[in-house]
Amino acid sequence: MSVIVERQQPTANPFQPPRTVHSARRRVSNIAIIALSLLATAFAVAVLLFLLLYILRQGLPYINIDLFTKIPTPNGEPGGGIGNAIQGSLILVGLASLFGIPLGLFTGIYLSEFGGRSAIATGVRFLVDVLTGIPTIIFGLFAWIFIVVPQQGFSGLSGGVALGIIMIPIVARTSEEVLRLVPKELREASLALGATESRTILRVVIPSASSGIITGIVLAMARVAGETAPLLMTAFGNPFFNSDITQPMESLPHTIFFFADSPYQAQNNQAYAGALVLIVLILIASFAIRWATGGFKQRGR
Amino acid sequence: MLGSGNRRLSDTLFRGFTLLLVLFVVVIIAGVVWILISNSMLTIQKFGFQFLTNPAFDPVHDVYGVGPAIFGTLVTSAFAIIFAIPIGVGTAIFLVDFCPRAIRQPLAFVVELLAAVPSVIYGLFGFLVLAPWMQGSAEPWLQKYLGFLPFFQGSFHGLSLFTAGVILVIMILPLITSVSREVILTTPTAQREALLALGATRWEVIRHAVLPYSRIGITGGVILALGRALGETMAVTMVIGNQASPIGPGLFNSGYTLSSVIANQFNEATPGLFFSAVIEAGLLVFLITLLTNIIARILIYRMGRIGGLVA
Amino acid sequence: MAIEVRNLNVWYGRAQALHDINLTIGSQGATAIIGPSGCGKSTFVRCLNRMHEEIAGGRVEGEVLVDGVSIYTRSIQPMYVRRHIGMVFQRPNPLPTRSIFDNVAIGLRINGLAGGAALKEIVERSLKQAALWDEVKDRLSESAAQLSGGQQQRLCIARALAIEPKIILMDEPCSALDPIATFEVEELIRELKNAYPVVIVTHNMQQAARVAEKTVFFLQGKLIEEGETGKFFSHPEKQETADYITGRFS
Repeated sequence: MSVIVERQQPTANPFQPPRTVHSARRRVSNIAIIALSLLATAFAVAVLLFLLLYILRQGLPYINIDLFTKIPTPNGEPGGGIGNAIQGSLILVGLASLFGIPLGLFTGIYLSEFGGRSAIATGVRFLVDVLTGIPTIIFGLFAWIFIVVPQQGFSGLSGGVALGIIMIPIVARTSEEVLRLVPKELREASLALGATESRTILRVVIPSASSGIITGIVLAMARVAGETAPLLMTAFGNPFFNSDITQPMESLPHTIFFFADSPYQAQNNQAYAGALVLIVLILIASFAIRWATGGFKQRGR
Repeated sequence: MLGSGNRRLSDTLFRGFTLLLVLFVVVIIAGVVWILISNSMLTIQKFGFQFLTNPAFDPVHDVYGVGPAIFGTLVTSAFAIIFAIPIGVGTAIFLVDFCPRAIRQPLAFVVELLAAVPSVIYGLFGFLVLAPWMQGSAEPWLQKYLGFLPFFQGSFHGLSLFTAGVILVIMILPLITSVSREVILTTPTAQREALLALGATRWEVIRHAVLPYSRIGITGGVILALGRALGETMAVTMVIGNQASPIGPGLFNSGYTLSSVIANQFNEATPGLFFSAVIEAGLLVFLITLLTNIIARILIYRMGRIGGLVA
Repeated sequence: MAIEVRNLNVWYGRAQALHDINLTIGSQGATAIIGPSGCGKSTFVRCLNRMHEEIAGGRVEGEVLVDGVSIYTRSIQPMYVRRHIGMVFQRPNPLPTRSIFDNVAIGLRINGLAGGAALKEIVERSLKQAALWDEVKDRLSESAAQLSGGQQQRLCIARALAIEPKIILMDEPCSALDPIATFEVEELIRELKNAYPVVIVTHNMQQAARVAEKTVFFLQGKLIEEGETGKFFSHPEKQETADYITGRFS
């Protein structure tokens, strides 16, 4: 009975898959690719989640007021905190922003408003793009040679400069992009009303792009807040509170680095706690940026 | 331009100010390059190309070289690229073609978060968690089952080229995924439909329409990721062991990279050749990453401007 | 091979594009589908080979029977429907990274229909059927992107013919082509329809008159009128049809 039915099937329904090896192989390949790509994605997601949860688990027990207000104890005695690192990071990021935001923003303004497609602008854009790909330790080297060595001492200032340079291309790129998006009509309307070019840019174009610009700034600040390599040879580190930028300064990433390497368990624990603080800040920044750029809207096919 | 002399003045001032700042940025970039070159002249002149092959930083004999560092850099980066490509591109394919629409954006966001995690945190995790596990479990397992391969022979070290390679895979993964994803999304629907209309499976559409079209851009993304791996400092420094090892295929050996040499040696550097050697290592890192960056961007721009790519 | 469409309703997300379409397409000759832009004619044709559901939010209700077999059933995979119902698109879409030969062969390769010498024969035959063979026979290994628009479209037709579909659907195949290329493709369609049933969507009424035996008029997602081409254009039954034909709206 079943044999007769099988023989009849191919002609009755031409839209069935042919019973060939090739046909089966196609099906298997398709499923295999879906499975593999799913596996790849699952791997990436799993790694991130594992990392975040592990740091949470290891660091959370050591999050307390002391962490933020006290300086490290000597010789890995329990207690103390990383308040000096947090203070240092705040100062360093602030310093970097003072330096990097204006330079980056105005570079973005230049590229969008004045440069256009000119050869010089293309050259500048190229240089800025190249800047993003350079490992940050190079900027540390630069500040080390330029400031630390002549001054014969590590300083928060040199660290701030190094971090500031890192911020420039990020702010420049994002600023240029959002400024470009401001409709031409807006500028023309402002000029037609008699405003000067500079006034148009300052009072009309920039405010119109302000949320994008701020997003770029937040992105840059979040990026440099986590940077360690350039600080190794500039701000170096400081076991005490210090707000003097001509002196070495501690920072959160540097403390994490230093304490991770430490043979004392107490310091390892605080490394995790510090990492937790840092990662939470960065997560908040990432979410904020995503939300601000409407990144949760559907995109694609 | 409408307006009196006063108005023109404010424009001129504004323009001038902007140009001044841009000039300052250009000067800084030029300054970085110049400072690197000028401060490494001593060792460039003394050792020339031998700097690339000399086996160590030897302050006692005043001989410096980055042979093992280059080796370590190349090995860890190559390892990272080899494994990050299938995982990264695979993830991109999944996100564009197979993922249910509802979770596409959130999932893509999660993968991108991997890129936002600071290097030092990867280093922390690598040093305290991954390295011990590698030494205790993973490396022995690999040697037991795949020990015929020269890569997995030799004594186990948690702080090794292998661990560094694995950490790098995770770190460059999101870059490959995000670039690949952007590029795949630009595949014209007409191309996909051409294959669909012939009765192609999803995979066949990807294989014959999407990937050939996206090949160039994906390669650009891979090269960008390679550049990132070549220059990565903190995470690698914390897990690679920073000890000279015999140059050979064994991945379980410790080693060091150009960047980790800089990080470890700068403070020891006495003025003169030692100092120059550290800077020259920096110059090499700069040149390598500059080159990969330029090549990558040429490739990506050849595919047309892809907006929002912050490398 | 006849197509029977029953109570077809089609949506893009929440917007309904086609309302209650009922139509029979015979197994001989060419059928033209005309109507103003946005009337749903492309959408309709894409439902005949299950391409519509590839679009986000695309939804189809109703029945489409191809030679008595309902193609929208769970037991039938879309890919096998598409393999048997060929489609030629508005903009020629050869694979640009592939050679002319590979473009025609791709359907055969992925469906595992032929290899080696048989493959070469079929490619040659298909290119001849598409009236392209003489122009490309000496440069089969060159990139398909080198061809002119008309040649590319004929290449796409050859590609569709290679796997011997039961029907050929054409979605405004000439609208991206210059007049000479259009002429060439129309000539080709007149040849093809002797061997394959052809459904051609067109916004050009003269083209419909030149090429098709039967014409169908769509307006705002509804099938207004269908009929033998000659009678359709000279004595349309519905007012909307007459309005469209005389150019009151387009």
